[in-house]
This record gives sequence, structure tokens and C-alpha cells, in this order.
Amino acid sequence: MNGSEILLECLRREGAGIMFGIPGGVVIPFYDKLVDHPEVRHILVRHEENACFAADGFARASGRVGVCMATSGPGATNLVTGLTNAMMDSIPVVALTGQVSTNLIGNDAFQEADTVGITRSCTKHNYLVKDLKELPQVIREAFYIARTGRPGPVLVDLPKNILTGEAEFEYPETVSLPGYRPTTEGHDGQIKKAVQTIWESCRPVIYAGGGVISANAAPLLRQLAELLDVPVGLTLMGLGALPADHPLFNGMLGMHGAYSANRAMVETDLMIAVGVRFDDRVTGKLEAFARHARIIHIDSAPAEIGKNVRADVPIVGDVGRVLEKLNRRIAETREAPAGGLKNAASRRAWLETVRGWQREHPFAYEDRNDRIMPQRLFQEISRAIDGEAIVTTDVGQHQMWSAQWIKRRHPRTWLTSGGLGSMGYGVPAAIGAQFACPDQRVVAVVGDGGFQMSLPELATIVAYGLPIKIFISNNGFLGMVRQWQDLFCHGRYSAVEFPIFPDARKLGEAFGLRGQVVSDPAELREAVESALNDPGPVLTDVRVSREENVFPMVPAGGALQDIFLDEQAARASLAAPAPVAVGDSGAGEMS
Amino acid sequence: MPQTLSVLVENKSGVLARISGLFSARGFNIESLTVAKTMDPKFSRITMVVDVAEETREQVLKQLHKQINVVQVLDLTDTPAVQRELALIKVHVPHEMRSRLLQEAEIFRAKVVDAAPGSITLEVTGDGDKLEALLRVLEHYGRVEMARTGTVALPRGAASLPRNGSGRMAMVGVGK
Repeated sequence: MNGSEILLECLRREGAGIMFGIPGGVVIPFYDKLVDHPEVRHILVRHEENACFAADGFARASGRVGVCMATSGPGATNLVTGLTNAMMDSIPVVALTGQVSTNLIGNDAFQEADTVGITRSCTKHNYLVKDLKELPQVIREAFYIARTGRPGPVLVDLPKNILTGEAEFEYPETVSLPGYRPTTEGHDGQIKKAVQTIWESCRPVIYAGGGVISANAAPLLRQLAELLDVPVGLTLMGLGALPADHPLFNGMLGMHGAYSANRAMVETDLMIAVGVRFDDRVTGKLEAFARHARIIHIDSAPAEIGKNVRADVPIVGDVGRVLEKLNRRIAETREAPAGGLKNAASRRAWLETVRGWQREHPFAYEDRNDRIMPQRLFQEISRAIDGEAIVTTDVGQHQMWSAQWIKRRHPRTWLTSGGLGSMGYGVPAAIGAQFACPDQRVVAVVGDGGFQMSLPELATIVAYGLPIKIFISNNGFLGMVRQWQDLFCHGRYSAVEFPIFPDARKLGEAFGLRGQVVSDPAELREAVESALNDPGPVLTDVRVSREENVFPMVPAGGALQDIFLDEQAARASLAAPAPVAVGDSGAGEMS
Repeated sequence: MPQTLSVLVENKSGVLARISGLFSARGFNIESLTVAKTMDPKFSRITMVVDVAEETREQVLKQLHKQINVVQVLDLTDTPAVQRELALIKVHVPHEMRSRLLQEAEIFRAKVVDAAPGSITLEVTGDGDKLEALLRVLEHYGRVEMARTGTVALPRGAASLPRNGSGRMAMVGVGK
């Protein structure tokens, strides 16, 4: 067999039935062999960054490893944003890149780039295959590393002579990595201690994130919440880990999160942190964070424990396995006087207090009938899909409004660029998700800025007949930057306005899909429903009120208790001597 | 406070770049670093001295552990350990001062490894303080050039580095 056939055989054995990519010079031998291997389906996209985003979307929606491929040089460098995105959000992706032949490496050959050097810091691990005999072992390890422990992207760089060389195929039965043995079982002593700590608390909260979803542990999180009757705040990455209509759901945490969720984090005496990393967007000012709370931190990554915030009871392990044990122990001690009965009344009262905050300060906006309020758009989408569709987004205002207003019911149905905050993620991620779940409705919600970064993928959507519904929340601005300039730069707008946007009807026509433009609030519901009920792809350009700001907002670098509930509160506070300046701390910088 | 770490890694290309890359990416400063094969050639041992704030120490160890090719990380900072550096020092010394220089070098058990009209080259091992002290002395004799390894270290007593740790650790210095 030659190297390309060996690679295809390895992919088949890893269960990689689909890959997203673009061919180029040095990977032609692989693409040649691909013709004879219909069991590995190749999806031709329009830009390598989108191949990686699509593989990432596939992985998030399916829970399997996403695979993408690019040629050497520019193909490989175009993957960098996608890889970083997968790295930041712990998404299992295997990226295969072509490389110039081993005898040319280092010669500045045509389309040569130091791919392993460039991607070292944006992958969980990477390989340059220099000996064909190693290839099966490397591919096996790449998939293993990508999906185990804290998942992440792994890149394998494949020189041309590796893809064309001849060797016997020998599939390694085992993976032996002396330096990589992820801890899966939580420490029993720590679990006991955690349960004891829980029963000692009077005002506990669960703070859960993407780690719950990637461990497929949403049902266990729900069980934990129900066993304890404790409010659950979810991070942006964790949305869907508990249904939004669950009585214990206390909203999204963080900078643009729910008042009740952030307030609970301030008042709590015990945070049960599950699959989270105490991101600056959630904690706000670290010195003011969780001053009076004890912290139980459950995560698969030892390096996350104590990185930003001290943990009183750290538990390293697979989030699902740990929750199973924890829940069992809680169930056993729930009725014990020294256990669950202790402080039970305080905890009931605490839950009522939290519910009071929810009633007092729900997400709110003033609707108008002369223009479409962006929040209204997301509310309409939420109403129409009723939690039963996969939603993808880019980054920015539309992302935050989607997170606030589009109610999620299931894990793996909310795909957003969380850690990296990359524009242009939504549309290619929707492509990946639609291939992962062909029978699910997939909705990409994007801003007009980000959409223009992934616009060429309309061609991919049409070429493969993917019935993706794209909604553009179009305000003609890079909205979140404009919001910051409005609030923190005295309204001096600098390089944020897009005066030109293509006519979505003509754009749709040009690519071969239905396009529609809505600007009248009276027509919004009908437009959203007609798009969602269309059997094919639809591009809906929604002209929303242009200068709306996202609230609530914890100003960057501020403490959670400094939250601005609305425009008025923000302006009043900012007019006073500002406690917070843009970019005054590392954690506070926007981008 | 400088921290001495002994890191057992798989002997594969690019591993050193991964380690140094993680330090630069997180803003940790490396003071010295040596690397060489262990008795088992599949592994190398990196001895590094890094200067990080006390509260960052644990994070440094965890970030090292996170690397797939890192098998083991030992923090020798607070462990009784033998720590040595080696330096080759060339002193441009006038002929008439040579014997006095050699007498002083003897105090530091420095060995002459080369001599030429107008210069003499010494080899010395010891901890950082000793090398610094010798340097201060030698500077009185003339212009000094130096090639110096980073620190290598082993725990004292019968305690051994858990894997391949009893092996020779040749000093192929890339520090300073």
C-alpha cells in the first residue's frame, strides 16, 4: 500500500467517515486515492479556515472527532484560526496537512511552511511524519489524544513522499504514550470531601460549562442539580447542559449573562464548578470573585485547577465519571442528619431568593413597531424552533443576544466560538453540524460583519444541498465594537460602520438559494417561519435597529456586582468618574 | 525565586521547542536549560532553572505536565539536591601574572585545559555562586570569555529520579 492508502485505511478504522478540506499540490496523491475510497467522504469547502470550523462544528454536534485537510503552505496556515478556536473550546479535531517532501523541508520550497512550528501553540499536540512506518501509529495517537482527557485539536503534517511511499500496512493495536495518561476517575476522598462541603453550605450554586457537554454528562448535571435542588448557572459554552426551561436553570453567567446568575455567584457560599475554567468573561475582576465562597472544581484538565481561582476541593477526572460518583454519594447522604438535612432550610430559602432575582431582573428590552429590535429577532427564532434545532453563531452582539434569548433544551445544539471569539465561525460550523445531523434543523445566526467573512461558503451549502437557515442580524456595524466605542470611547465611532451590504435576494439568487430581506417588524414572524419551514437553504437578512447595546453588562475588568442592568444604568455609571477604563487590565481587554 | 526543575521527556524532535515555547507563551522566563539523553535513549532529561513568582510555580509544573511528550516533572527547588554547572573560561592574562592566577584558580579547583601565549583556559564545575565568585577573581587578570552550561541536578541520597534517573546526564548546555 502507499502512504495515502494507509492514511485512508487509518481514517476508516478511526471511524472518520467524513472530512472537510481543500486539495493542493502536495496532497494530490492522497486525493487521487480518495476516489477509490467512498467510505471516507470529502466535503470540498471554499477556504481552509472554514474546513477547520466545519470539522469543529461536526465534532460539537456529533460528539465525534472532526477531520479536516489542507495542503502545505497557505493551506496549512489558513487552518490556524480554526485550530485555535478548537483549542480554546476543547473541541476534538484532527487536521491533516500536506508538507513538501522530507528532502526539501527547510529549503523554502514552493508552498513550504513550518506547519508544526506554526501550530505548536494552537494544538493539543502535533506531528510531522518523517517515516512512513510511523504513520499508522501517529494517526492512531492523533485521534486518541484529540478525543480523550480534555479534548482538543491535533495536527498531523504529511510530507509528499510519505503520501506516495510504499509500505506494509500494520495497524497498531494499542496506543502507548508514556507522558499522556489522562486521569478519568475522580479521587474518592475528594468526592467525599466535596459532598461534606456541599452539606455544610447554605447558599450553593452550580457553575457548569462546556466540559459537561464534551463529557456527554448533561443528564448527570441535571441529576446533580435535582438531587441538591440548587440553582444552576451555565457559561456560554455550557448552554444546553441543562434545559433553559428547567426550574433550576438560573441563566447564563458572565459579562452579558443574567442578573440572577451573576448575583448568585456574588452571594454564594459554595460554587460547585463543573467543566469550567474560570474564564475572565465569567469571573470579572478576579480579586473580587468568590470572596466568601468555597469552591469545588471538577474538571478533566489538571492545569485548569487553581489557574485563575483557588479551588478548595479540586477533583480531576472525566466530568461524567466524577458526577456519577458524586451523585451516588449525595443520594446516600441526602437524608442523613449530618448530611443533606443539615442546612436544608437555608438552602430552600436561598433558592427562593435566587428565584426572586430571576423575577426581578429578567432579560428585557423595549419592543418597537417602527423597527425590528434585534432581541425580537432572537426571540422569534427561539419561539419558532422551540429548542429543537442546532444553532450556530459567530461572535459579538448577535452571539450574546442569541445566548440570552434563544432557549436551548439539549446539549450539542448550541455551537458558538466561545474562547477565541472568532468571526466567521457560524456558517461553516453549521455546515459541519448539518453533515453530523442530517435530520436536524440547523440555524446559523450571524452578524453582517462575520457573515462577510464566511460568505463564500454559501456555495458549499448549495453544492451539497444543505437546508441551513442563515439569519443575519444586520445593523450595518461591527456591533460589539461599536457598543464599546459608544460606552467607553465617548461615542467616537472608529472603523465600525459597514455602509454597503449586498442585497440578500440577489445574493441568494447568485448562489442559488432563497434570499429574503426583512425590515418591517410586522413581517418578522412570517419571515422567520417561512425560512425555517423551507425545505432548502434560506438566507434571511434582518435589518435590525442599528445602535442597540447588549445588556446586562459587567464592564470589562469590573466585578460581577458592578453589573449594568440597562443602558440608563450604564450611562449614569460611566458619566461618573469611571472606575473602569477600556483595556485597563489584561482580563479586561476586549480583543 | 529561581526554581530548579528536572523534566523527563520523550527523546523526539521538537520536544525542546514545545517546552521553551510554552514558557515564552505564558511569559515565564527560563534562566538556564540543559538537555541530554538518559540511560534509556528513548528519553531525555531537561534540567531547567526558571524564575517565576511563587504563586505561578504550580501552574508551571502543570503546564509542563500537560505536554504530551513530558513523562515526568520534578521540582528540585525544595528537595536536597546536588546542583552543578560547568564553565569553560578563557582569560587573556599577561604572562607574568599567570602563576598567581593559577594559584587562585586552584582554590576553586579549576583545571587548566588549554594554554597559549597570552591566554589560559580553565574548566570549572560547581554551583552558580561558586562560578560567579571565580569569575569575579579572574576578571582582575584580564579580559574573560566564557561558555557555561546550565544547571544539572540530582536529588541527594538514595532517592533516585523515578525513571532512568540514575543515568549519566551529559551536559550539553544551551543556557546562557
